[in-house]
Amino acid sequence: MDITELTVHELQEKVKNKELRLYDITKAYVDKIEENEKDVQAFVTILTEEAIEKAKKIDEEIKNGEEVGNLAGIPIGIKDNICTKGVKTTCSSKMLENFISPYDATVVEKLNDEKMINLGKLNMDEFAMGGSTEYSYFKKTRNPWNLNKVPGGSSGGSAAAVASNMVPWALGSDTGGSIREPASFCGVVGLKPTYGLVSRYGLVAFASSLDQIGPITKDVYDSAMLLNIIVGYDEKDTTSSKQEKRDYTKALKNDVKGLKIGVPKEFFGEGINEEVKASLEEAIKTYKELGAEVEEFSLDIAKYSLATYYIIACAEASSNLGRFDGIRYGYRTKEFKDLKDLYRKSRSEGFGKEVKRRIILGTYVLSSGYYDAYYKKAQQVRTLVMNEFNRAFQKYDVLLTPTSPTVAFDIGSKSNNPLEMYLADICTVSVNIAGLPGISLPCGVNKENMPIGMQLIGNKFQEETILNAAYTFEQKIKFRENHKPAFRKGEE
Amino acid sequence: MAREDYEVVIGLEVHAELSTKTKIFCSCPTSFGAAPNTHVCPICMAMPGTLPVLNEKVVEYAVRAGLATECTISQDSKNDRKNYFYPDLPKAYQISQYDKPLCEHGKIEIEPSTGRKAIGITRIHIEEDAGKLNHDDFGRGSLVDLNRAGVPLIEIVSEPDLRSSEEVDLYLRKLKSILEYIEVSDCKMQEGSLRADVNVSIRKKGTKEFGTRTEMKNMNSFRSITRAIEYEIDRQVDVIDNGGKIEQETLRWDEVSGKTFSMRDKEDAQDYRYFPDPDLVAIKLSDEYIENIKNTLPELPESRKQRYLTEYKLSEKDANIITSSKYLSDLFEQASKICNNPKAVNNWIISDISRILNETEMDPLEIPFDSKQLAKLVILIDKGTISSSIAKKVLVEMFEHPRDPEDIIDEKGWVQISDEGAIKEVVLKVLENNPKSVEDYKAGKEKALGFLVGQAMKETRGKANPQMLNQMFKEELK
Repeated sequence: MDITELTVHELQEKVKNKELRLYDITKAYVDKIEENEKDVQAFVTILTEEAIEKAKKIDEEIKNGEEVGNLAGIPIGIKDNICTKGVKTTCSSKMLENFISPYDATVVEKLNDEKMINLGKLNMDEFAMGGSTEYSYFKKTRNPWNLNKVPGGSSGGSAAAVASNMVPWALGSDTGGSIREPASFCGVVGLKPTYGLVSRYGLVAFASSLDQIGPITKDVYDSAMLLNIIVGYDEKDTTSSKQEKRDYTKALKNDVKGLKIGVPKEFFGEGINEEVKASLEEAIKTYKELGAEVEEFSLDIAKYSLATYYIIACAEASSNLGRFDGIRYGYRTKEFKDLKDLYRKSRSEGFGKEVKRRIILGTYVLSSGYYDAYYKKAQQVRTLVMNEFNRAFQKYDVLLTPTSPTVAFDIGSKSNNPLEMYLADICTVSVNIAGLPGISLPCGVNKENMPIGMQLIGNKFQEETILNAAYTFEQKIKFRENHKPAFRKGEE
Repeated sequence: MAREDYEVVIGLEVHAELSTKTKIFCSCPTSFGAAPNTHVCPICMAMPGTLPVLNEKVVEYAVRAGLATECTISQDSKNDRKNYFYPDLPKAYQISQYDKPLCEHGKIEIEPSTGRKAIGITRIHIEEDAGKLNHDDFGRGSLVDLNRAGVPLIEIVSEPDLRSSEEVDLYLRKLKSILEYIEVSDCKMQEGSLRADVNVSIRKKGTKEFGTRTEMKNMNSFRSITRAIEYEIDRQVDVIDNGGKIEQETLRWDEVSGKTFSMRDKEDAQDYRYFPDPDLVAIKLSDEYIENIKNTLPELPESRKQRYLTEYKLSEKDANIITSSKYLSDLFEQASKICNNPKAVNNWIISDISRILNETEMDPLEIPFDSKQLAKLVILIDKGTISSSIAKKVLVEMFEHPRDPEDIIDEKGWVQISDEGAIKEVVLKVLENNPKSVEDYKAGKEKALGFLVGQAMKETRGKANPQMLNQMFKEELK
């Protein structure tokens, strides 16, 4: 048995039945990192020794009859823009290459409360800006299904690490699709919760009104389990929401009879790859067979989402990233003649090209004389997008779309064409614009055995509905049993 | 043209530090004077990933200030980011309020020599203070102290209704006293907790259009504000009379040379790129919330003044001076209650205390003794333990080395001599040494008596009871 093939709920079972010690689990992952990391390059920081020590300690506690939670000793990987006290948080940027946060993010505190074990910090596009993890300052993470392909992004390290069994599950962050797109590219499950469900305190901000932390897991059940841990109102984040505590695993009923699924036709139009389209049509058929009521409808406003998204996200980013000025922490240029020179050089040298592109774009749209035409207009469109989704959810429980217009693309094929890269977000951004929950799960593979992702969108705080819809589908098609990452190198 | 041909137009932006215990977006203390970077946390140091949480007290204090200046309180308000780079601004943006301030359309009444008038308050909004740069004296660079970063401020923006430095002075004093009365700011100008940006322009009398204005930032003393305005008016008149144009710019007032200097830096043409702060939710205030604050507002200076006119029969002028500061006014009321001699307390505050405050540029708040001690001083005079001339010396001592007046007169041996035997001894000695004056007095020169009493006082170093001296001399000279 390869321990690392198991989901967390399967691991839990084996720990409970004393078939496995926590040490065995962590050791198996450490070995797997040893084996796969050289190909996949998912980690920025690896914490194997500390992880093994912690696992041994918790085994000891269990042996001594101490009460530990049922997630104690379970390893996890954390995207490198989530602050971890005492461990580097780099955002995959030269700017924060040696930055160690003095505090833990709220979600990390929650993991620590469960005594979960941090196996390492995972690679990403610099400051979460990108859709391929190629914009990491440190390394390009590779897609375990085909090492010549990107893993998606920005949480590419998280998705690739889960897909290649180097961590049982991971935390990612999603501003415009950064959990869902890499989950789709890597054939795993990625959930972006409703805006406000999970505290953002300690998530290095990209776009504050869009960012959410969420789970990337092997299956839907694990997704529900990890969501259980990280949700909750946080007094340190006033945009977090006071919601009744619930057990999301209880929502997984393996039943979608009577579920009303809306399929917005705009998400199946131009630019969507034919194989992706075919796979999604298969999925729709599956849902119908399972007893769901599926109907096509028009979500016309969606076509404005991408432009709206890039204006709002870049505007917020241009302000959020101002603090990286070389004064208190982070990269500072070696030589400078005055204060302005210090700012200019530190920021020019410390940030990568894509980050600078977005800062400049964001600065522009907020500038006097342009604010009304861009930022203000984008906020107005945002309201319209929300309204249109609201109308859709009066009719449907779940909306079904592709996660990405394509499967994972070749490394280097889009990195010099920002607009094409931005278009990869077309199916995911409107979910962030409207603050809704969205989950991506694999629904098939293409001819080249690359996974195809399906996105299910729910109404605000209706994670239970989309989790159940996803779970029921997953139980039916059994993707993990039928498809495995190949770790092959395609034709060079 | 002469200066009289121009009308002066002045508007003020006053920043007042709020006296909340903790900062506006984190729980660090706001107290002044701590070692650098000890009142800081990840939030006010802008560590990556941190988020602000609005201190509700700040909203309450700002609403109090708004209500006390007759503003309309906005029930739907928000925080905005003002973006710019400076090392004292760790987030590279200041959280402030842009287009939806908490309070708008208020006014403050003043009484300049030209007659009572209202000065409009455009708006009052909340924002965070920046940190402080400590420049190394040896040119080795600057050090950043973030203790002040995130201390809550309100910015009170006036309409351009002020027409002279006198009006500015009165407006500022009135505003300061209101903020003290409602206990939202300690208004310590020397510590920078009350500071003003002064916008000055001039226009030909009779014209409606405003002239180009200049701005003097961060002024924090009444005296320099008045001086700076006077200088700036003269400068602007001069420029225009010589065919020049006023440039819209920020000026720096130099206290030593008594001049303003341009701080012009073309690159500093700032575009702050204001936008709503997505980390903070909208500020929604209910009618009930505002009503509650209104009901708990304390008595304001205007109403106190009216009460002093009737209750204590103070003159308008005295009542104005005393109520200008909540501290002075409290001192007056409390001391009066204890010694039961409001007239005397009033005199002490109006004359000697005010004089010392002026001479030392001390804020009433910094008076080192309390109402009990002032009352004791009055009682000591009333009981005849000390003379009023000794009392003046005691007061100076109370300012310099604060302690109870009894202790001072004990230590200094300033107790008035009222013992008949002792007085008589002195009187006889003086008479013996001044035969000429005795002769004069007997010849009908009343003045000579004053001289003799003076000599006796000199002999006793001011401690003899002057009434007793007077009486005893008259008796001896009969």
